[in-house]
Amino acid sequence: MTLDRPRQRKLINVFALTMSLLAVAFGLFWLFWILISVFKLGVGALSWTLFTRMTPPPGSEGGLLNAIVGSLIQVGLATLIGTPFGVLAGVYLAEYGRYGWLGRTTLFINDILLSAPSIVVGLFVYAVYVARVGHFSALAGVFALALIVIPVVIRTTENMLVLVPNSLREAVYALGTPKWKVITKVTLRASRAGIVTGVLLAVARISGETAPLLFTSLSNQFWTMDLDKPMATLPVTIFKFAMSPFADWQRMAWAAVFLITLGVLGLNILARILFRQKHGS
Amino acid sequence: MISKRSFKLGDWVFFNLTRLFALATLLLLAGIILALCIGAWPSIAKFGGAFLWSREWNPPKEDFGALVHIYGTLVTSLIALAIAVPVSFGIALFLTELSPLWLRRPLGIAIELLAGIPSIVYGMWGLLVFAPVLGNYVQPMLTASLGRLPLLGGLFQGAPIGIGILGAGIILSIMIIPFIASVMRDVFEVTPGVLKESAYAVGATTWEVVWRIVLPYTKVGVIGGIMLGLGRALGETMAVTFIIGNSDQLTSASLYAPGNSIASALANEFTEAVSPMHTAALVELGLILFLITFVVLVFSKLLLMKLSSQEGRST
Repeated sequence: MTLDRPRQRKLINVFALTMSLLAVAFGLFWLFWILISVFKLGVGALSWTLFTRMTPPPGSEGGLLNAIVGSLIQVGLATLIGTPFGVLAGVYLAEYGRYGWLGRTTLFINDILLSAPSIVVGLFVYAVYVARVGHFSALAGVFALALIVIPVVIRTTENMLVLVPNSLREAVYALGTPKWKVITKVTLRASRAGIVTGVLLAVARISGETAPLLFTSLSNQFWTMDLDKPMATLPVTIFKFAMSPFADWQRMAWAAVFLITLGVLGLNILARILFRQKHGS
Repeated sequence: MISKRSFKLGDWVFFNLTRLFALATLLLLAGIILALCIGAWPSIAKFGGAFLWSREWNPPKEDFGALVHIYGTLVTSLIALAIAVPVSFGIALFLTELSPLWLRRPLGIAIELLAGIPSIVYGMWGLLVFAPVLGNYVQPMLTASLGRLPLLGGLFQGAPIGIGILGAGIILSIMIIPFIASVMRDVFEVTPGVLKESAYAVGATTWEVVWRIVLPYTKVGVIGGIMLGLGRALGETMAVTFIIGNSDQLTSASLYAPGNSIASALANEFTEAVSPMHTAALVELGLILFLITFVVLVFSKLLLMKLSSQEGRST
């Protein structure tokens, strides 16, 4: 034992704690380096035409309007599909199946899906939908993104419902209320803030997703509102433009990176503030 | 008054509706595996097991093997773990034992924001900002120091171009630090205060408490957290695609060399694959990736569950 060597033990302790401090500095260093360079390069590339014009062919001027609108449409629809799906499944896991095999297996599998590679989700939607209909479409992109929203919403819904005290449920049952009303009118309402937080985090996550869109909604240089056609999104446009040799495409990619980072981090912080207001610290 | 029948009907409908969606989630997993198996079938039937250890990847000749991609995926993830595990441990230690209370929350959020940054941002930043710095300053330094080591030296030799397996591994490590660190922090916090206080009371230093009390107590959870990080790293696509160099040849053992990972091969080649066999081979790559991450994540989840049931017993 080293107990009889107090000096050495103290030195080891100081050394270890210094390393721990350095580890924190290491983490923060990357965060700030990334944010500062995205901010610097992104703000420099911002201009009004980004929001008023379409993505250009190489060598000419243009904007990101169709990509921004495409992202909003696909993220919005995916959230609209994924949220009710996730909330209902989450209700089953927390209120009905907490101890049954179906509930427990689904909860387990859901945690796996939560961390599964998103590119595989894209591949799945390609195999079951895109390959069948024979062309890429915004609708396929919406499906892929919805499949990523669902596990996030299931997880938070289940988490939040389990936190609702049983005495609350029992009080409502005692009034003769059927179970479905207890759930929809009382327990779901009690955990509303938490579920909204989860949905916001899911939106933040899919706003930056690129991989599942590559084989589904692909990209489109032109304006389209047709869900059956390929549709541009900000992340896929960044991928296309950043890898290109054209300087003005790269500038636009930085502007797009800036917009996405701002949006995603903004949503993350908003979700935290909202959750804290409702649930205290 | 509500009649008894509508009372029962409402419950029946709602119960089955929620159960349907829960079941659909479960079927989604089976559906993914099944769809990928069907899509990959031509390739599985043609190449069989050799697909896993052949290093040939030749679309025009329709000869495919996954070795280069599996190697790239595993090596980048291992580099990421080698950096991320000690750093995450340090961060978790700081957050649970050292940090003043008022600093814990903002610091925790800052680290978690790293996880919020989309991977495409890491990718573009990694390619245009980080890779030049790595190639111009860091890699020459590594070659001059680690490159002289007898056995490992070969890993750190070659043209310092920034883009390559090492660069991808470093970017991945930044991306998985928040996942590992937040699991470690959470499991460190479940160590009973009584245990730690007893150790402090007999004169242990902070480091000794963490190393000999907290870590052994939470070992299972810590490994679970590391596995979660590994699962994330294996499937990460965009950041790796930008910086790994996308070379289907594997010519040297150097970590500076460009390579390819399963996910980045999919991202780059899938929409451009013209022959059905090329597509099938890519789908088989996706299937392999999914199965590897599935096993790693199941393992991670089981370990974390074991820790929480252990905690339930002891309190």
